Amino acid sequence: MNSIAPAVELIEVTRHFGDVKALNAVSLTIQQGEFFAMLGPSGSGKTTCLRLIAGFDQPSSGHIRIAGQDATALPPYERDVNTVFQDYALFPHMTLGDNIGYSLMLKKVPKSERLKRVADMLDLVQLSGLEHRKPAQLSGGQRQRVALARALVNQPKMLLLDEPLGALDLKLRQQMQIELKTIQRQLGITFIFVTHDQEEALTMSDRLAVFNQGKIEQMGSPVEVYERPATAFVANFVGVSNWISGQLAQLLTGSAQSFVLRPEKIQMLDPNLPPPADLCSAMGKIKNILYLGMYTRYEIGLQPEGLLSVVEQNRQSSHWAEGDAVRLLWQREHLVMI
Amino acid sequence: MSSSPKRRQIANFLYSRPNVLLLLLLSLPLLWFGGVYVSSLMTLLLQSFFHLDDFTGQVVHEFTFSTYRALLTEANLRIVLRTVTMAIAVSITTIFLAFPIAFYMARYATPPVKAALYLAVVLPLWANYLVRVYAWKLILAKEGILTWLIHLFHLDGLLNLLLSLPGIGGSSLSVSTIGMFLAFVYLWLPYMILPLEAALERVPQSLMEASADLGGKPWQSFRHVLLPLAFPGVVAGSIFTFSLTLGDFITPSVLGNSSPFIGQAIYVQQGTAGNVPLAAAFTVVPMVIMLIYLAGAKRLGAFDAL
Repeated sequence: MNSIAPAVELIEVTRHFGDVKALNAVSLTIQQGEFFAMLGPSGSGKTTCLRLIAGFDQPSSGHIRIAGQDATALPPYERDVNTVFQDYALFPHMTLGDNIGYSLMLKKVPKSERLKRVADMLDLVQLSGLEHRKPAQLSGGQRQRVALARALVNQPKMLLLDEPLGALDLKLRQQMQIELKTIQRQLGITFIFVTHDQEEALTMSDRLAVFNQGKIEQMGSPVEVYERPATAFVANFVGVSNWISGQLAQLLTGSAQSFVLRPEKIQMLDPNLPPPADLCSAMGKIKNILYLGMYTRYEIGLQPEGLLSVVEQNRQSSHWAEGDAVRLLWQREHLVMI
Repeated sequence: MSSSPKRRQIANFLYSRPNVLLLLLLSLPLLWFGGVYVSSLMTLLLQSFFHLDDFTGQVVHEFTFSTYRALLTEANLRIVLRTVTMAIAVSITTIFLAFPIAFYMARYATPPVKAALYLAVVLPLWANYLVRVYAWKLILAKEGILTWLIHLFHLDGLLNLLLSLPGIGGSSLSVSTIGMFLAFVYLWLPYMILPLEAALERVPQSLMEASADLGGKPWQSFRHVLLPLAFPGVVAGSIFTFSLTLGDFITPSVLGNSSPFIGQAIYVQQGTAGNVPLAAAFTVVPMVIMLIYLAGAKRLGAFDAL
């Protein structure tokens, strides 16, 4: 029965800290084997949510079920869940081998088997042979791997990761993103990943929840969340958006209903060329050009008023200059009404 | 910019030669430390290698081990053993008393409660030491509050049993080794709480959470994570309690029975007896004991986490 039960269920979970509602009646179901991301700005409740699942904190009200069993009041050491901490939380007085083998030592696994499993984990995270080092002798990226190995050695049903890549530089972060994803597929266990980096959440997760002010604004696959943001907050937090309302919306669509239009969905065309019949269009003038390497962002002043952001891939060098008049084109289906 | 060229020159000179600046900064404390502190310690050590002429009562300034031979009599060794046993008992007791308080202060107390506890811990140190020892004499006296309390709970039998024990008993608590022990524990407790609290505070909460997360029950997390990481604090605190007990001569003379402690022996040797070399040799004893103690602590890994 447990194999079909969801990995985690949060049912109307609230957590107050004094007057502050860090988490406000959040309900959430994560399936087994999912790579689930919790995305949001700092203070949005995502880390509180993770700590409640790990058992470091108790909800003020509501219920938490892990693998179908009520775990609301279960202490962390009774939960079949392991955590990779933001600061890695490696034990400074132990070697890497002892750090990784810690949970096995507590479970009184015989020493020979312990050493073998520690060595296997070090292989998995590509740190073979470093058993006898101390955490202080490692780089940030290596510590991150040790934290991962330590959390996985006990073969938990679920791994929680609290901004695990936050302290790494960009290149290493991208490499670790791929590695984490590979390890998750290899082991087939549930990963719950907390991050404030929307790109990270989009690249890595099967499904994500966008947190804001203690509530979930939207939950869905990366494509759903990016292409069809449910709220203005999601549209602005996940990626860059043109959020259009009121008079400008009236001008562009003929209705005052506000909408979101992603900058990369807009095409720029020479105003002298005839517009394709099946596309929506508007006229404007380039106010600003921001060259960003892979692509260029244009700020377009609309006539008679309003501002739209447009992004173009730099497939060939741009022939646009500030002050140029342009015709903007987009497909109706790319408008997301909010 | 507005400073005079002379000052500018000096500032530039110091800026380009950071070692000179460091030397200037350290010269006064180094002079004090080297001139007053270390050299008087050396003089003391030197004194212990002289000896007293039994006829004239004068110190003979020639190198000899005879003073150390005189130190190693059975009576003197019994003084050392008595003092060290007391120091060990006091240190261990203060560790057990201090740990819960320090743990609460470091982990649970809100800032105002913590400030109040700090104050409460150091407050006794503001009162004169001698007064506090005499206060204990009154507390422990036959007509004192402690005996009265014991009587109230009908525990006189237990008290009399304790006092009848050879070596640590006496005619009343105030003239027994037990009484002295109680006073020592009271006197040195703050010196254990403060370093222990500092050490516990430095252990990140996430390490305790990680231990619990990996299946550590509270006592396992305590045993494998908190205790090893707080151990330098235990050692630092016990260095205080140990050395303070080793050197004290007031508490044993006010409270205990007539069997002397190291501090008293030194006091008598250099005062009444006028045997400065033997007093110096006696002073070396606690220093050697402390060195052995520190070497043992280092072997146990007390300084690994520093």
